[in-house]
Amino acid sequence: MYLIVFSQLFIIVAYKKNDKKDLFLHLKLKCKFMPTIAELQKTSTQVRRDILRMIHAVNSGHPGGSLGCADFLTALYFEIMDHNPTDFKMNGFNEDIFFLSNGHLSALIYSVLARTGYFPVAELSTFRKLNTRLQGHPTTHEGLPGIRIASGSLGQGLSVAIGAALSKKLNKDKHLVYTLHGDGELQEGQIWEAMMYAAANKVDNLIATVDYNGKQIDGPVDEVLSLGNLKAKWEAFGWDVLEANGNDMDEIVSTLKIAKLHTGKQKPVVILMKTEMGNGVDFMMGTHKWHGSAPNDEQLSKALAQLPETLGDY
Amino acid sequence: MRKKYTNSGSNDTRSGFGEGLLEAGRRNSNVVALCADLIGSLKMDAFVKEFPDRFYQAGIAEANMIGMAAGLTIGGKIPFAGTFANFATGRVYDQIRQSVAYSGKNVKICASHAGLTLGEDGATHQILEDIGLMKMLPGMTVINPCDFNQTKAATIAIAEYEGPVYLRFGRPKVPNFTAANQVFEIGKALLLNEGSDVTIFATGHLVWHAIEAGEILAEKGIEAEIINIHTIKPLDREAVINSVKKTHCVVTAEEHQMNGGLGDSIAQLLALQLPTPMEMVAVNDSFGESGTPEQLMEKYGLNTEAIVNAALKVISRK
Repeated sequence: MYLIVFSQLFIIVAYKKNDKKDLFLHLKLKCKFMPTIAELQKTSTQVRRDILRMIHAVNSGHPGGSLGCADFLTALYFEIMDHNPTDFKMNGFNEDIFFLSNGHLSALIYSVLARTGYFPVAELSTFRKLNTRLQGHPTTHEGLPGIRIASGSLGQGLSVAIGAALSKKLNKDKHLVYTLHGDGELQEGQIWEAMMYAAANKVDNLIATVDYNGKQIDGPVDEVLSLGNLKAKWEAFGWDVLEANGNDMDEIVSTLKIAKLHTGKQKPVVILMKTEMGNGVDFMMGTHKWHGSAPNDEQLSKALAQLPETLGDY
Repeated sequence: MRKKYTNSGSNDTRSGFGEGLLEAGRRNSNVVALCADLIGSLKMDAFVKEFPDRFYQAGIAEANMIGMAAGLTIGGKIPFAGTFANFATGRVYDQIRQSVAYSGKNVKICASHAGLTLGEDGATHQILEDIGLMKMLPGMTVINPCDFNQTKAATIAIAEYEGPVYLRFGRPKVPNFTAANQVFEIGKALLLNEGSDVTIFATGHLVWHAIEAGEILAEKGIEAEIINIHTIKPLDREAVINSVKKTHCVVTAEEHQMNGGLGDSIAQLLALQLPTPMEMVAVNDSFGESGTPEQLMEKYGLNTEAIVNAALKVISRK
């Protein structure tokens, strides 16, 4: 404790000298005061690199949403969930489980699963290639550890998550079920069937999250088919609604922790996460064009230059 | 000497499902059930009463029901999701395809009121394409039992089988002639009568009509082999081939479209392995309509007389 205070004083003094090297030291120390957030940011930066390199390698995939949700999924898998990456079991007994309902964020889930230890990081190089376990959209069919349901055709994940949550209740398993949905995905009717069911039946061991980036393939969600007042709709359906900036690691971690405290109170919980499609790569942000397009060689180098390698590329 | 079959008292196959579900629930506490606002029609009342904590009322939201069933399997449950055949297949095809079949989930899709015998409600509810839809899905088992006893036995059997199953049954009371407390073997064709002149492969409600047709044909000096194909997928290929090698001509009978049904499966097998003259008693590319079950089965040519005529025709083509 004394050492920390002493060091801090030293750094502040050093920083006042306006030396760039000292500034770096200061930031490093600041990170030490919040080790988790700094580590998570490092990890999500590597996840972003993985996503871009995987999609570039096969010239196909969905970088926009994957980059936008990299912070959230990193926080969930590295900080929030109680799970067993090295001993994957389909039934998920006595662990938290997650369902990716918007399956086109496959590069993201694969990177996070590999980086958490579900399968070798080197396997990321097989993404979308013939005979791979890392299919274009996630599937249980090839036996990839970490995946419990196929997704890709949108709108189905919330129903599956509700079923898994009900199963946990029957099994007296206190762990939680998490989901991620795209905002465009909410245009699917099945989502609203599931929302109605979960609230009516008090499925309160479930935390759904929405990637609220306002963009889908054909353009802004408001122009394609507006969701109207999304928060009011979830509330009207009987959900406990939280909001967060999905690209602020600190905020997403604290909101997820708050969401956990909101479970077990007779209501399902949803977090509407404001995100930026393409987050982390300047030229991929502020547009829907990178929803489903791969970067070329030049664009990849330009993007990677903005995302330093932190954990080592696959 | 033809084996005689006696109707021990007509009953509906959906009631066989209801009794089977209750029994399966008693044998295995992992059995759970879901229904989309049709508990009474599916005869699930007894299960709901005895196991209220293991029953999920989905409301009129079939897509969500199928998704929940898929999710329930992840915690080791064996969900039986019940509704009318039309809403259990066509309405939720993509949910079954992705969340159940492709994901390899142990969901039992239980479909009542299949086919024309739904009767007066008409074509919106009379699905005649469901077997085709379900059998095209890789890994899906498709079962269409013939009477109350067999439906009960099939329901109990599929609870013990690991994998997605489509179980099809119907609304009207039909003759109950198979053994009570029979053991149902998935994928095993049942030889009901031996014969050497023609093989009649029938499924579901048409099995009883096939037996009747066999008796009429016997009076004409024709020995028909009658085989109950309760499992359309996986098809008992060996039983089909062995019978056809003996009889050299085939009639199929089912309450379904010709496209995609039992006849279609047998025709594919025989075309590839043992080309044989064949007639199909099935609905020929048409929707149904309102009427009593008997009127409809007669109008669309799905009765005993139609099977007899098909047999006579196919024998003449040998």
